[in-house]
Amino acid sequence: MGQTIAEKIISAHVGREVIVGEIVKAKVDFAYANDITAPLAINHLENLGLKKVFDPERVGLIPDHFAPNKDIKSAEQCKKVREFAKKYGIKNYFEVGRMGIEHVLLPEEGIALPGMLIVGADSHTCTLGAFGAFATGVGSTDFAAAVALGEVWLKVPETIKFIYYGKMGKWVTSKDLILYTIGKIGVAGATYKVMEFTGEVINNLSMDARATITNMAIEAGGKTGIIEPDDVTEMYIKDIAKWPYKIYKSDKDAQYAEVYEFDVSKIEPQVAFPHLPENTKPISEVGNIKIDQAFIGSCTNGKLEDLELAAQILKGKKIHPDVRMIVIPATPKIYREAMRRGLIDIFMEAGATVSAPTCGPCLGGHMGVLAKGERAISTTNRNFVGRMGHPESEVYLASPAIAAASAILGRIGSPEEVEL
Amino acid sequence: MILKGKVWKYGDNIDTDLIIPARYLNTSDPKELAKHCLEDLDINFAKSVKEGDFIVGGKNFGSGSSREHAPVSIKAAGVGAVLAKSFARIFYRNAINIGLPILELKEEDIEDISTGDELEIDTGKGIVRNLTKQREYKAPPFPEFLQEIIQLGGLLNYVEKKLKERGEI
Ligand code: SF4
Repeated sequence: MGQTIAEKIISAHVGREVIVGEIVKAKVDFAYANDITAPLAINHLENLGLKKVFDPERVGLIPDHFAPNKDIKSAEQCKKVREFAKKYGIKNYFEVGRMGIEHVLLPEEGIALPGMLIVGADSHTCTLGAFGAFATGVGSTDFAAAVALGEVWLKVPETIKFIYYGKMGKWVTSKDLILYTIGKIGVAGATYKVMEFTGEVINNLSMDARATITNMAIEAGGKTGIIEPDDVTEMYIKDIAKWPYKIYKSDKDAQYAEVYEFDVSKIEPQVAFPHLPENTKPISEVGNIKIDQAFIGSCTNGKLEDLELAAQILKGKKIHPDVRMIVIPATPKIYREAMRRGLIDIFMEAGATVSAPTCGPCLGGHMGVLAKGERAISTTNRNFVGRMGHPESEVYLASPAIAAASAILGRIGSPEEVEL
Repeated sequence: MILKGKVWKYGDNIDTDLIIPARYLNTSDPKELAKHCLEDLDINFAKSVKEGDFIVGGKNFGSGSSREHAPVSIKAAGVGAVLAKSFARIFYRNAINIGLPILELKEEDIEDISTGDELEIDTGKGIVRNLTKQREYKAPPFPEFLQEIIQLGGLLNYVEKKLKERGEI
């Protein structure tokens, strides 16, 4: 019987053909954690008296959430991570200045490669599935176990296939495709399952755009999102790949739990209303929703292509006087390239602030926390109660195009309403 | 393990930001985290929960982030077990890994349980007795490997056992 790409990768890491539903112990190719999840794991490992990690080349520590340190407690957490990295000779530790948001930084570093089995102590580890890896979010204790033993326990998941066809509208982005998909299947629509994204539309997307889709698999409850590697993937990794890799593709007769097909020509830009990513509406049905803040950044939409798109709309425009706009490039490389291309100038001209790479307001940490009753349009991935600050604040999720247009309009709106 | 306590009942999609808001994630001290457990959902919970009480949720309990601080804060608050119609997968793993018992019950069984009900749970057999309502529910047993982890008291004890076998600690 045929296997899906996810089943093939897991089989390769178990050493035999696995069956959906069984619990297996699989070999891990890379394990990473951040300044929130690593300290718990480090406590565990030190209590165990760990002498060495399974492979110092294949552990990543990225303090990105509350770094540059937002307060004394975060400074202590980051310090713990830094000292652990030194003590155990961790090769992929990224200090402020070289640090970016983990799920964007690792692919840039050539660490997310086809056929790898990756675990990350962060739910958005699923992002790396855009590169043809099986990458799944785990907890701190799982991360500790992976660092010590180089293995992880997994239930071999079923796969749901999503096929996208048709022509995307002018302001429709990959963010809209995934928001639309989550709106259709719900926040638990893919629980425990792999979301495999395929079809001509996906093949035509850049790696930046693909990673926005896999990033939000967890918002449908998915174990991971995955996209078969193709020429676009190979072009992206060929000069940067850190290790040899292996390309797997789903067999024609692979078994899927479900198959969805979407005609993207019918999909408008989407906005997810508070307080769940599944509360999506097409932009034409949003109505008059005033905003206090617009945020462009995060592992979902803090990439170069996202900044390009926002800049295209903001060029020569002014941000609405009642709106604070915050732009955070996801990594230093993106930041510098945005600078070279003049995007930062465009943002600042328009009246936005641009900050150093960090998760920042995405999880209500720092750099743009919301007050009671405030409303934000955000290119992030979660709009739960209190996600960006006060429990009575509201987050609306959308693409960088919608966020940029909304910042100008002072209410949620489309680039079509902004004269370009 | 036999657990006995009172129920705190909540709805569907209790996410990890509700269980422990990110503003408290600058620490990993369980006691500190326990003080803010479920704060944005029910301000009385952390103050009033008694050692051994149970949380009962609906569908997709623990959705959202991978923060282990969520089950840790629940466990440190003294909660004996979490029961729900279904769990989000990372929360599910984390709970097992840290030794917080979780049980998946049928929808109608969860609906039968109300806040304040007294339950007696046999975690090994997956049997839940509602002493207030005089009814009994059954949860599916865990797969073998997970039972091993649970019996060892969490994944870390498993890791310790393996490292010792390999002579690495
Ligand atoms: S940007 Fe937001 S979603 Fe992404 S890793 Fe950081 S906190 Fe998590």
